[in-house]
Amino acid sequence: MSATSFKVDGQTVKIDGDPQMPLLYALRDELGLNNPKFGCGLAQCGACTVHLNGVATRSCVLPISSVANQSITTLKGLGTPEHPHPLQSAFVEEQVTQCGYCVNAWLMTAAALLQKNPHATEAQIKDGLKDLKCRCGSHLAILRAVKRAQTALLAKGALA
Amino acid sequence: MKNTTPLMDSQEQKTNASGLSGPSRRQWLMSSGALVVSASASGFLGLTALSASEDVQAQPQVNGMKPALNPDELDSWVAIAPDGGVTAYFGKVDLGQGLSVALAQMVAEELDVAYERVNIVLGNTDQTVNQGGASSALGIQAGSKPLVQAAAEARRLLLEMAALQLNTTTSDLAVNLGVVKSLKDPNKSVSYQDLIGGKYFNSKVEWNKKLGNPLEIKGKATLKKPADYKIVGQPIPRTDLAWRIYGTGQFVSDIRVPGVLHARMVRTPLAGATLASVDESSIQSVPGAKVIRQQNFLAVVAEKEWDAVKAARLLKVKWTPPASGMPANEENLYAHLKAAPVVKREEEVKVGDVSAAFKGAKRIIEAQYHWPFQSHASMGPACAIADVKPDGVTLWTSSQKPHYARDGVANLLGIDPKTVTGHWVIGPGSYGRNDAGDAVMDAAMLSKLTGRPVRVQGMRHDATQWDPKAPASIHTARAAIDESGAVTAYEFVSKGFSRVSIESNEADPNDSLVGMEMGLPARNGVGFGVPGDAYQFPAKLQAWEVVPDLIKQASPLRTSHMRDPVGLQIQFASEQFMDEVAFETGVDPIAFRMRYATSARDQDLFTQLRDKSNWQTRRAYTGPQKGRILKGQGVAYAHRGGTILAAVAHIEVDRQTGRIWARKFTVAHDCGLVVNPKGIQYTIEGALVQALSRTLYEEVHFDEHQVKSVDWLTYPILTIHDTPESVELVLINRPELPPTGAGEATNRLIPASVANAFFDATGVRLRQAPLTPKRVLAALKQAPTGPLKT
Repeated sequence: MSATSFKVDGQTVKIDGDPQMPLLYALRDELGLNNPKFGCGLAQCGACTVHLNGVATRSCVLPISSVANQSITTLKGLGTPEHPHPLQSAFVEEQVTQCGYCVNAWLMTAAALLQKNPHATEAQIKDGLKDLKCRCGSHLAILRAVKRAQTALLAKGALA
Repeated sequence: MKNTTPLMDSQEQKTNASGLSGPSRRQWLMSSGALVVSASASGFLGLTALSASEDVQAQPQVNGMKPALNPDELDSWVAIAPDGGVTAYFGKVDLGQGLSVALAQMVAEELDVAYERVNIVLGNTDQTVNQGGASSALGIQAGSKPLVQAAAEARRLLLEMAALQLNTTTSDLAVNLGVVKSLKDPNKSVSYQDLIGGKYFNSKVEWNKKLGNPLEIKGKATLKKPADYKIVGQPIPRTDLAWRIYGTGQFVSDIRVPGVLHARMVRTPLAGATLASVDESSIQSVPGAKVIRQQNFLAVVAEKEWDAVKAARLLKVKWTPPASGMPANEENLYAHLKAAPVVKREEEVKVGDVSAAFKGAKRIIEAQYHWPFQSHASMGPACAIADVKPDGVTLWTSSQKPHYARDGVANLLGIDPKTVTGHWVIGPGSYGRNDAGDAVMDAAMLSKLTGRPVRVQGMRHDATQWDPKAPASIHTARAAIDESGAVTAYEFVSKGFSRVSIESNEADPNDSLVGMEMGLPARNGVGFGVPGDAYQFPAKLQAWEVVPDLIKQASPLRTSHMRDPVGLQIQFASEQFMDEVAFETGVDPIAFRMRYATSARDQDLFTQLRDKSNWQTRRAYTGPQKGRILKGQGVAYAHRGGTILAAVAHIEVDRQTGRIWARKFTVAHDCGLVVNPKGIQYTIEGALVQALSRTLYEEVHFDEHQVKSVDWLTYPILTIHDTPESVELVLINRPELPPTGAGEATNRLIPASVANAFFDATGVRLRQAPLTPKRVLAALKQAPTGPLKT
């Protein structure tokens, strides 16, 4: 078995095992991280989203061999209660999600989206989030929170 | 970073209302020198040192130990920690709607403590009594009652203790934020924690001897009057969300048990197939992977999760198809239902002489409606962990009825339920009996067969193809109209698959896939329902008929409860029919409903809804609109478990693509006392959007051989593009009335409100759900070219 090295939230990790193993299983089962979730294993829902070199990526279909020596960010790397990402603050303020299993998908995808397009219109935000699922129907609150975060980010000048 | 996440007492972590972590309940119990409080002959409470425990009534007492977890023990419901923190024990669960926040408000209110100091423990079978689990939106309506009683009784006892300690009478005492003060002498005070912190009440309450939803208790205390509420009614924000947003807590799939084996179930795609043979050598290449098989129950296990996934994919299995396929497919489903024999008919509502009224009618209006099978299709497939040991079983389950899951596992394994402990941990969404109920039973059987703790998680097809389904049905409605245009009789008959082909809880292993796969005969339970409304027609018949399951044993189309069980199906039909009758008789749809639903609450509801929704009076379809986008308004109304509600949908129909966008909803909602208006708002928004998804998109695809909806492509749900632009809530608060459910009533309004708005926009009825673009385009071809006469 070969070993694959990559960075997760700034730390270098080494995974022994099947290079075809999707990144999600490495993060969850090998590294004990909880935030990327298994939703479908088919890149259809977004629950497993991480940032691969800053780009929102579905980890459930991404073999670890393809992330060798690259940099992964998980929700924990996005922000913490002590140092929250503005999206996380906005989600707390807008009281977003019901069961919360999908929230990783929305936060990670929206963070990458706003980073890339800080002035995204509502239509562009919806387009960027249209491939994510939320079964509890929290979409109204999610949209309110993303717009709130966008306002906060622009006010902070965090987005160019 | 390597797999070191410790097992946490996750429920306390998630539901701590303050969001702060304190010592766990277990820690403070272990460290406290407990006192025993017993009733003395004088009626006052005497505090006795621990050694006197033997004179405490009924339960055998051990020094410092909590009395047995029985409903008639106050300590089963509420505890006060050495730091004054309050824990209340709730035998239901919160599926993500903020129920624990509302409960904490109610407990804080009766106890006179700060809301932030109340923590609610949810559903764990070793900490909470069986209040029925999440069920029929009864969390507040029924579930809060014992907690409120217990909080009030605890306050009463604490006042008696304080009176003794401060050498005064209880009438001289007032409580503020958990501190008891003398009114006469404000220097005299004592806090709850100094009175009992970390110790037990050892006091009995009256119990109605029922378990589950009807469980009630009563203490000697008098409850507060709603007029005096300070905390109940406040829009206190969700404090149980941050752990999800920062990812600092655990879902059931995040629980890690040392020594666990990972499992994947291997289930046949073919409905009714039996296991012929398994080629175990087909997974030889996967390290440590093993096949576990008992009759038709088949799984693979491995030390690593990915290896279990690989093994499940690689395993070569031969299934023997059943002698014949299922007697229906999605194309002929409704013809099958129409012709199918009736297992049971029940006439739930019978008023007046219906047949005489139809005989004497000037006119009869009749219509029929169709609703498909739908899947819970929860956000993630279910996961459960079981550790079956000779001296006891531990479960981690997201079943929304954990006490029944405990009983079901005990029954499956043939052991005493007292030896089984179920930890409830929230899962990837729960809206009834989804795949979580099977996961915990599967895990228990696999742990028994392997002698190891087993974690089983489904793949996507396990959740969508194999979860229990909401039943398909047809609904036939008739109205008899007299010369004046008034309704003299109304008949509504549903004919469908059972709402409880498998029971809504897991207590009977015959209802589980593992049970059926190992030869237990399916029960094929029977039940359905009737519309929830208050129309006062002179004669009324509301009935249901249940037909046989398509296959009896281990069916991927076995049916059970899914959020507002059969409410969407029925009300899609009944409320569309009311609209049809209104227009056929030339009456505005809201005016029509107000004419027949005449209670003061109903009238108030409709009046407020009409005003706030900017409703335009309509007595008939007025003719085609110009342009690509057609606009319409539609109303629907319902009762559910004491809650009265109605909604207006404003929709847009794209005549080129057939897409419906439900742009705006106005919901008027009267559920008696409002405990937390923000909590209700978010709950209603979620219920509405989920129901909109079921209205517009959801339909289980299947042929005679298998369910073909296996993922999000073959079972699409709505996307953020379908989100309404606005949802306006008219929340009618009635503090004088006890609170009723808000968790799933809104769901039943949505299908008909959208369908009625479609008629308003186009002049055509959509009587078959879901209202897909394909059906919309087909319907538009039938659209009238001019106004419709009444």
